[in-house]
Amino acid sequence: MAMNYILFAFFSVMAIGCSILMVTRRNIVHSAVFLIGALLATAGIFLQLQAEFLFVVQIILYVGGIMVLFVFVIMLVNLDVSMRLVQFNRQKWAAGVLALVLGAQVLFALWIGRGELRLPAPAVDVSPKNTEAIGQALFQHYMLPFEIASVLLLVAMIGAVVMAKRRV
Amino acid sequence: MATPQSMIAPDYYLLLSLALFTIGVIGVLTRRNVIVMLMSIELILNAVNINLMAFSRMWGSVDGQVFAIFVITDAAAEAAVGLGIILAFFRNRETVLADEMDMLKW
Repeated sequence: MAMNYILFAFFSVMAIGCSILMVTRRNIVHSAVFLIGALLATAGIFLQLQAEFLFVVQIILYVGGIMVLFVFVIMLVNLDVSMRLVQFNRQKWAAGVLALVLGAQVLFALWIGRGELRLPAPAVDVSPKNTEAIGQALFQHYMLPFEIASVLLLVAMIGAVVMAKRRV
Repeated sequence: MATPQSMIAPDYYLLLSLALFTIGVIGVLTRRNVIVMLMSIELILNAVNINLMAFSRMWGSVDGQVFAIFVITDAAAEAAVGLGIILAFFRNRETVLADEMDMLKW
């Protein structure tokens, strides 16, 4: 019981700390490493929520795929110049205050409905065969969105190749 | 109210998700570097995924996780196309700063 809370606190502190560091670091490579930390902490949260398949997908796809893409692009663009410049734009205070106001609004909404979310079934019986259940749902109920997502990936792949090509 | 399996109320997951989302929004709005802005967008999508996962757990249904898979697919597509655009732009203008991308301004 207490273990649950300790794990949750550990992963949340890691996620929030890593994301704050990611936004504030001057060096982009450090930002990427801290984003990896935040994504791994989120993977831990997923595992705690008994979403084992998404835990693995998060690590393989986000950390192993997307972040490698980011690091490659960081190496391709020249970051020595941009590191010495001002890192935040001119409207940073207005933008930060606006974002905090947005966060406070959502926090207010959460505070109003704080008791409501302990909903009927406390979810003791999520199927232990998590991957199997997701596969069933994907290929039976969500077949059309699945195919559309694959077409989207194809389009994105072609688009990325065309964008990154030297001579069109 | 405490059941042996899940003691943590969904509220805490929503709070964590809100914190990550706000940090991501601040990153998108305040940073000049486009790559960091893209990474902040990934962080925002990630925060949304925590929400989906918490509600999926709460209802004991797998639909939220399926939706999170679609969100991750979108994030991958967005990262690939966005980074391709950044590469093409950097090749032409030698910068990755958002406020110097003003070719359409006259």
